[in-house]
Amino acid sequence: MADNGKPKTELLDQLETGPWPSFVTEIKKAREGSPVCDDLLGQLELSYQEKKGHWKHGGIVGVLGYGGGVIGRYSDIPEQFPNVAHFHTIRVNQPSGWFYTSDAIRTLCDIWERHGSGLTNMHGSTGDIIFLGTRTNELEPTFKELTEAGFDLGGSGSSMRTPSCCLGQARCEWACYDSMKLCYDLTMAYQDELHRPPFPYKFKIKCAACPNDCVASIARADLSIIGTWKDDIQQDDAAVAAYAAGGLNIQKDVCDRCPTRCMDWDGATLTINNRECVRCMHCINAMPKALAPGKERGATILIGSKAPIVQGALLSSVLIPFIPADELLETVKELIGRVWEFWDEYGKNRERIGELIQRVGMANFLDAIGLDPAPEMISAPRDNPYVFFQTKSESNGN
Amino acid sequence: MASQPIKPKRITDIGPPNYENFLHPVIKSNYGQWKYHETLAPGVLCHVAESGARIYSVRAASPRLLSIQTLRLFASLADKYCGGYLRFTSRNNVEFLLDNPDNIEPLKKELAAEGFPVGGTNNSISNIVHTQGWVHCHSSATDASGLVKSVMDALYEDFVQEKLPAKLRIAVACCLNMCGAVHCSDIAILGIHRKPPQIRHDLLPKVCEVPTLISSCPTGAIRPATVGGKQSVEVIEEQCMYCGNCYTVCPAMPMNDPDNDGISIWVGGKVSNARTAPKFTKLAIPYLPNNPPRWPEVVQAVANIVDVYAKNAKRFERLGEWIERVGWPKFFELTGIPFTRYHIDDFKFAGLTYARSTHIRF
Repeated sequence: MADNGKPKTELLDQLETGPWPSFVTEIKKAREGSPVCDDLLGQLELSYQEKKGHWKHGGIVGVLGYGGGVIGRYSDIPEQFPNVAHFHTIRVNQPSGWFYTSDAIRTLCDIWERHGSGLTNMHGSTGDIIFLGTRTNELEPTFKELTEAGFDLGGSGSSMRTPSCCLGQARCEWACYDSMKLCYDLTMAYQDELHRPPFPYKFKIKCAACPNDCVASIARADLSIIGTWKDDIQQDDAAVAAYAAGGLNIQKDVCDRCPTRCMDWDGATLTINNRECVRCMHCINAMPKALAPGKERGATILIGSKAPIVQGALLSSVLIPFIPADELLETVKELIGRVWEFWDEYGKNRERIGELIQRVGMANFLDAIGLDPAPEMISAPRDNPYVFFQTKSESNGN
Repeated sequence: MASQPIKPKRITDIGPPNYENFLHPVIKSNYGQWKYHETLAPGVLCHVAESGARIYSVRAASPRLLSIQTLRLFASLADKYCGGYLRFTSRNNVEFLLDNPDNIEPLKKELAAEGFPVGGTNNSISNIVHTQGWVHCHSSATDASGLVKSVMDALYEDFVQEKLPAKLRIAVACCLNMCGAVHCSDIAILGIHRKPPQIRHDLLPKVCEVPTLISSCPTGAIRPATVGGKQSVEVIEEQCMYCGNCYTVCPAMPMNDPDNDGISIWVGGKVSNARTAPKFTKLAIPYLPNNPPRWPEVVQAVANIVDVYAKNAKRFERLGEWIERVGWPKFFELTGIPFTRYHIDDFKFAGLTYARSTHIRF
């Protein structure tokens, strides 16, 4: 112990210097009202000395009637650090686009001051507000206050995880559909699947309103909903000329960077062959005042991405090339129902939908969910001749 | 918990609050009607609506791990400068939403005084997406917050300026679970184990389900065994690639090993569809020592990669796009990173990453 009765944190103290904001400073700030933080700092300092974590996972903890939303966490040296003997995480479902009022932030802070460590993550990797560290007997009182304030828990374990989205139409001219509303509507539609894990493993949904994909949906969501458009890029020739006059090298930095080389610049006019455009966003990103996505907007649906555990990382791949914006909610719900039914029947324990598709083959998956194959789904047709031809009855007579 | 009386009016399944309650009036009245945006300074954006209305965003770094004291500070700054409206970004920055441009400079000044730098837009290094590490995770091979702090202290100038060829996104994950989605970042810092799990035969039958444990292993390295007359498992060590998946389903298979755990560095991934298709990160450095509190080897390695990229890439070229243009041999040559047998894939579909042409630069 140091002179002030606080644990010695000689290694962690070194992380309070330098220009970047320090998490150690945050933990020290929170200890004003929370002795838990002293033991957290003590245990963390020990981890820094030993190069070894000191948390045990697991233990089923939660709130009544929910099967998720709380991650049980225990110190493996509770006799040394009794205040973090239990240090459970509560996941709180974030508002779409992570927008808040100062009052909402203060309400969350007050609840967490009464019932937990006073430490948060804004936000966790999936998108939830993370309340970091409390005891089992505080879970139900925290939940009661949260719901009275209009907040609810997020997902964990083998549930539909908390959907998340980019800010979309709230503050972005590139939004091809209302990602915040779709995220909210899907979250509300599947409260049961979110709170009571029914699946072989986790299922993540992310809504990105344009192909820039600011929520990494193509890398991190089992179901990726990525905005796009069908018609021509909207073009303001005067504004293009202004970018050129302002020093942007339109040939080199815009046309030559176009993946399909579908644009021509003659020094005065930009001509886009929109039928060859793959909607990558580069030219629009480079000249936001001059170019914009078309007016016939909607989204591409992709399926199956995940991080490496268990069978290796996957990116999502195309399932439905285009759904008009106003049909998205109903079509996605219909699709989700079919995907979950198939996964429920054939998925193995801890097998994500992307891994199941790898195991049974995309064509069988398409048959099962009733979607026709389309060339937009592949980067190339197969290059091996090992085709399993179907009997007449299997192929419905086709 | 059992002693808590359950009141009849217990509220459940209400979902998150409706976002509409939290939107700035300018955002509400121009929702879906934005025309274009411009960058006024690093970290300061101005979005202009069809109506001519403007909303200004001031983006500041946060350590992600935030105390309620700091959150209340953000709330009071939002009250003072922007009618109480703020948000967070997908990379854990805080954004203040202003309708009065005169408030931008005073807000920036207060944020700077409180230690929260403004930046992270466009061709900068934005905040590092990361995991819990030793602060809160059971399977971490390293800390995450400390790595982020150490790396961003070194790369601070690239957060507050926009001088890189393109945006550069860094992520940290403290084990192969990759909660930080490091598998698609420009640069990824990944905590790794390098030894098979220890098996606590005394504990295993009590806390683990053996069939679940066996099926958790991606390489089939775990098989049933009877040890001391009790049901347990054994690990075929040469098949283990230290993913820690078994430990996640069975706490009697601990992976933590201070002498062998460490850090690997990955490069060249992206999630955006701009120009080239989204891509995975690829291995650059298989192992660096776990060296808290400042991880000098990791900081130096990341700074070196950023430096080489900044000097060599063309405008708008992400790190992975630059490497694809110049070729991996050039990347290893310019960064001085040794190429080893560990860089050659030997997991599923490994052959897809072998060079299957004579396109070689000499």
